[in-house]
Amino acid sequence: MTASVKPAQNKAKAKKAEAKKTRAAKAKAAPPPQAYDGPPDYRVVGRHGMFPDITHDEAARFNFLAQMNRCLAAKVMPGVKAAFDAQVEPAFKKKHGRDFKDRHEVRQALMQDPTWRWWSALRRATMEQRQQAGRWITIRQADALNAKAANLTRDDARLTLDPKLALPRYVAAVDHHCMPGSYHTELVAGDVTGAANYDIGLFATTGGMLGAYNDGGGVAVARWVKQHLKGFKPKRILDIGCGLGHNVLPIAQAFPDAEVVAVDVGAPMLRYGLARAKSLGVDNVRFVQADVSDLSPFEDGSFDWIQSTMFLHETSYKSMQAIFRETQRLLRPGGIVLHVEQPQYDESMPLFEQAMRDWDAFYNNEPFWTKMHEVDLDDWMVKAGFKQQSLIHGGVAAVVDPNVFPEAAKDSTQEDYGRKAAWHVIGAAKEAA
Amino acid sequence: MSALDPLALAGARPKGKRPYFLENRDAERLMTIVMALAQEVAVMRERMDTIERLLERNQTLTRADIERFTPTKAEAQERGAWTQEFLARILRILQQEQEALTAADASSEEIADELAKI
Repeated sequence: MTASVKPAQNKAKAKKAEAKKTRAAKAKAAPPPQAYDGPPDYRVVGRHGMFPDITHDEAARFNFLAQMNRCLAAKVMPGVKAAFDAQVEPAFKKKHGRDFKDRHEVRQALMQDPTWRWWSALRRATMEQRQQAGRWITIRQADALNAKAANLTRDDARLTLDPKLALPRYVAAVDHHCMPGSYHTELVAGDVTGAANYDIGLFATTGGMLGAYNDGGGVAVARWVKQHLKGFKPKRILDIGCGLGHNVLPIAQAFPDAEVVAVDVGAPMLRYGLARAKSLGVDNVRFVQADVSDLSPFEDGSFDWIQSTMFLHETSYKSMQAIFRETQRLLRPGGIVLHVEQPQYDESMPLFEQAMRDWDAFYNNEPFWTKMHEVDLDDWMVKAGFKQQSLIHGGVAAVVDPNVFPEAAKDSTQEDYGRKAAWHVIGAAKEAA
Repeated sequence: MSALDPLALAGARPKGKRPYFLENRDAERLMTIVMALAQEVAVMRERMDTIERLLERNQTLTRADIERFTPTKAEAQERGAWTQEFLARILRILQQEQEALTAADASSEEIADELAKI
């Protein structure tokens, strides 16, 4: 090694060190490869007085499930559309020499496609994992949860249970959305674990799109009413198919002077619902156990507003007709009924989309979903006695704190065919006498 | 103590006939087990991430610290991004098949024959 080379070597070394420094600085300053687009951490979920204890790992499990659902909607499902366009539809046309005639033909053809099969197998497994995760949390602390609910609801006239109520077939036939025990099963007397499981796991299924207290849908409905029905001051509100009350509480909060009656068939939901409402400081809701196809305990013209949110698709044709008739009877003149649902299958909706929307009906234990969505709701409302010119149509998307939760209205990257937190509103005003 | 067995009840089947999707039921059983394991890997990774962050912050930790840990929004996004990366890795075969739907690639056998002629 000669002395003359040394300075050059040193120079090279210095250059290398400099480059290393610059690289390190760049790496530190460099933004992530792409802005994060996904659910928030589970720990942002609001803790009300009925909320179960959730361990670190149990929260992590819900985090994974929220990401898995997002991945299925945003990454895997687009492959189903691609396979449909590239292979399924051309193959059908070649074989039959014609287009698909209805959504059932589309689904039958999709069932043969490996992309659809894998997306479906993963989606079903994810739902089962979600149920297991939530049930583990709530059932392992069943005693504590049930005692909390008992303490909060004891001798409270706002809880009316009917132990003799016959379970309607539309609830008894199948455990909706793969929720073992559905809305009604009591593992022990005074059980609320099923309701708590439903509550804590909605985050995973919606990727946090319903907000801290799963109330983004109800907040949106209340806002919609205030915006579109100026001066409407309901004194009595009826919520049918209320479940654990997460959709009706924001309505009760938006109209604090109103008396709200929330009806459901499941006792665990109602117990938990009242306890949860009280712990959140919402005191103007009564929870009543009844089959909504028979609302005979309530008097004619006794409500200003009747609401159902994502409920009609879990009933039956006869129940729907009864509900429409009963709402017409129960409303005072000038009162309104609103049903919030996913869009109906009409001619403007492509058959592929209809078939995809039917997925929950056939593979996620929501069998009536497919039948409900083919009905002409306007026609049924008119047949129940509402005037055509009094029908109400609108759309709402979950309202959440945008600093914390993803906003359904702004989400254009994924369409989850039936599970997105954005809905149609169909309703009617009862003609003034 | 409650007489309920949480582990058995947590995994109980919902009423309603279960659909199967894959051509082979054993394949579907296996996929379901693999995805449940993937879930548990993500859970362990999140726990490790929590431990690392607590140690960085406090140089010490207890199990109670882990239970109490709440990530900041930026930390939660880093963790969420890791899970998305993890899912992209394990579901790679689905991504590649999706890309192949519109590809008209020849097989290596065909290309070998072709290359022998030119």
